[in-house]
Amino acid sequence: MSNEAVLHAPAAAGSLDHGHGEHHEHHHHETFISKYVFSMDHKMIAKQFLITGMVWAVLGGLMSVLFRLQLGYPDSTFPWLEDLLGKWAAGGKISPEAYYALVTTHGTVLVFFVLTAGLSGTFSNFLIPLQIGARDMASPFMNMLSYWFFFAASIVMLSSMFVETGPFSGGWTAYPPLSALGDASPGSKTGMDLWIIAMALFVVSQLLAGLNYISTILNMRTKGMSMTRIPLTMWALFFTAVLGVLSFPVLLSGFILLIFDRNFGTSFYLSDIFINGVGALPNEGGSAILYQHLFWFLGHPEVYIILLPAMGIASEVMSVNARKPIFGYMAMVASMFSIAILAFLVWAHHMFVTGLNPFLGSVFVLLTLLIAVPSAIKVFNWLTTLWRGNIRFTPGMLFAIGFVSLFISGGLTGIWLGNSALDIHLHDTYFVIAHFHIVMGVASMFGMFAGIYHWFPKMYGRFMNNTLAYIHFWVTLAGAYMIFWPMHYQGLAGMPRRYYDYSVWESFKQFAELNQFISLVAMIVFAIQILFLFNFFYSIFKGRKVTTENPWGSNSLEWTTPINPGHGNWVGEIPEVHRWPYDYGKDGKDHIPQTTPIGADESHH
Amino acid sequence: MMTAVQANGPQRIHRHKFTLWVAMGSMVMMFAGLTSAYIVKKNQSSWLEFNLPMVFWYSTAVILVSSFTIQTAFQAHKAGEMGKYRILITLTALLGIAFLVMQIMGFSDLEANDIALTGSRSNSAASFLLVITGLHMLHVLGGVVAILYIFFRAYNPASKAGNSLPVELAATYWHFVDVLWIYLFIFYNWIG
Ligand code: HEM
Ligand SMILES: [Cu+2]
Repeated sequence: MSNEAVLHAPAAAGSLDHGHGEHHEHHHHETFISKYVFSMDHKMIAKQFLITGMVWAVLGGLMSVLFRLQLGYPDSTFPWLEDLLGKWAAGGKISPEAYYALVTTHGTVLVFFVLTAGLSGTFSNFLIPLQIGARDMASPFMNMLSYWFFFAASIVMLSSMFVETGPFSGGWTAYPPLSALGDASPGSKTGMDLWIIAMALFVVSQLLAGLNYISTILNMRTKGMSMTRIPLTMWALFFTAVLGVLSFPVLLSGFILLIFDRNFGTSFYLSDIFINGVGALPNEGGSAILYQHLFWFLGHPEVYIILLPAMGIASEVMSVNARKPIFGYMAMVASMFSIAILAFLVWAHHMFVTGLNPFLGSVFVLLTLLIAVPSAIKVFNWLTTLWRGNIRFTPGMLFAIGFVSLFISGGLTGIWLGNSALDIHLHDTYFVIAHFHIVMGVASMFGMFAGIYHWFPKMYGRFMNNTLAYIHFWVTLAGAYMIFWPMHYQGLAGMPRRYYDYSVWESFKQFAELNQFISLVAMIVFAIQILFLFNFFYSIFKGRKVTTENPWGSNSLEWTTPINPGHGNWVGEIPEVHRWPYDYGKDGKDHIPQTTPIGADESHH
Repeated sequence: MMTAVQANGPQRIHRHKFTLWVAMGSMVMMFAGLTSAYIVKKNQSSWLEFNLPMVFWYSTAVILVSSFTIQTAFQAHKAGEMGKYRILITLTALLGIAFLVMQIMGFSDLEANDIALTGSRSNSAASFLLVITGLHMLHVLGGVVAILYIFFRAYNPASKAGNSLPVELAATYWHFVDVLWIYLFIFYNWIG
């Protein structure tokens, strides 16, 4: 089956006709709908994922600003809040229910909609066909479906914010019984129904997407593009897809059991429960811990689903802008492989304090700490790639370097948490919040920013503004550390996560000013992201135009396409590949694109 | 032009077939998750032991036979024996529906024997049986729909003759749901 056939196949799912080798040129009629809405061009679908992700990032970020207001200024009232949130902020103070709903929705949305769909959805779609040399995905139709399932999930999640009893408020992990019993809290009613529907749609979207990415990378590479010649972004997105395809179904099965407990009176997760005002429930023999196993079996791979694309982007951007080959290509692939394997074997480190058998716990400690090995190898390779490079500090490069900094800081605290004895003290405190926001939240955001700044010229044929980008970078980096670094100390002091008001606790009164400081910085950092969005949208229309095909002097295939590639990516034949993508500064040449044949007198790399 | 086409080297496996295999891996994970949960739950308190309804033995036989019919249908299609193909593929769809009906009969047998599958009297042993078997039934239903789809496509004059890939995909998937049921059946009876 040829690349050509992919493009010309009709929209039907069952279009399995064999390839016809007609000459490809851009010759189908496109309407507004088929070009911008129900597009099957992977590049347009990538932009759809990106912009939907941005909308969610703004909403999710705004939610964090709102709950930080409560945490920083627990005694103040803000009358405008009542205008914004109505009964959820009566008298200008966010109600406890609203606070929990905001925290929950912030977590769900950022983890799944922004850092999963927005990150891997955008870059898998955009980069896979371009970097392996394919006209489009293995199945453009499934690809389109995956976006629209995500869109449907978004609409359902959004609508949950407007129901009378409010959105779900039991935490992004949706542990039962709060998630299983409508009577448990206001958010556990309709809000939870909508949450679970949205998440089920989201899982379907991710499965459709992941199948396609895997199939495309393995089957559609252009001539000469062996697996050891694909850029590291491709390896990263490949492992991401594998993790998703193998772990999301398990989450779905956990959700299905949850649906039965919610709606059909079964007792998978419920036992011996008494609810104030309702009385004792008949459910017997269920186990809430069972849900945690099913959830974290996805949940831990999920954090790598979020991180791996950022790692791949950082590697690529870093090598291009250090004008040096990536150090240890095979070691990078091998460490991503071992991370992918280990990701399935460590989930119980989220459950050390659930009464897990301590012997079993120690096995999970060992496996968890093993992840430090491939992580350290990757960090070492990034640093050696930078070492004595001709570094060009483009915005993309800065964010890639910032990513490494954050990954180191956050990874180290992971080693603390991975020791079950320490975790008894640190579990469910602000230490965990600090750990995962730095290592996953901000680090992956930095990977995403690096990717956006770097590939913006390929996406829109224009550059983003550098000055705004530098402001964006430095404020975000400094801000992220100022927000999350102090949280380590709060956590060590025992400050639990997810509380509504710490000022009523004698032990935490000492943190009143610190909390204010954190909230203030959070608002500034949020405002700077708006500046980034302004830069992004302004540059789409008004940015400096790209005038050469390969503005960064990069080796990989996407820069051999026209400045504004049509559906099908290359005019005429897909180029053939003769080398790996990291021949920078080789034999005195600045860079040698993958399409250049190996010269007679060329040295080995 | 053809360079790009041949670029992938000798085509080992069609990309849609490949996608199907990965998708089956994904489905395996779903059932692996559920049956692991089953084991975890079984080792905890208040687990109800009961025998599988007799009709599940018959349904197992039915789905086994249907694997045979779809395989023969595929071979008939490849050999261009369209008449034989139509009979066998119809038979497969009918056997699939029979299987679904028998599973439902199994559920009502249990209910009739006072083993509640849902509701406040239910034990999660029975609820698990319902959920896992029910999800498997959905997968079989998907197979029936796929068979009907390719069946009616075969009458569409626009579709190219001689392409047996859709039939092959359907057959592969059908064998998969068959094996999946055998696994579940063994699991319920002798492992879980
Ligand atoms: C050396 C590597 C790492 C180790 C040893 C490690 C260990 C841990 C442990 C033990 C916990 C549980 C803490 C608790 O709840 O008490 C945890 C939480 C978490 N980690 Fe890591 N981690 C590592 C790297 C990462 C990475 C790379 C990411 C994401 C990209 C990540 C994301 C998370 C998240 C999201 C949570 C908290 C989830 C929640 O409870 O809401 N971790 N980590
Ligand atoms: Cu984890």
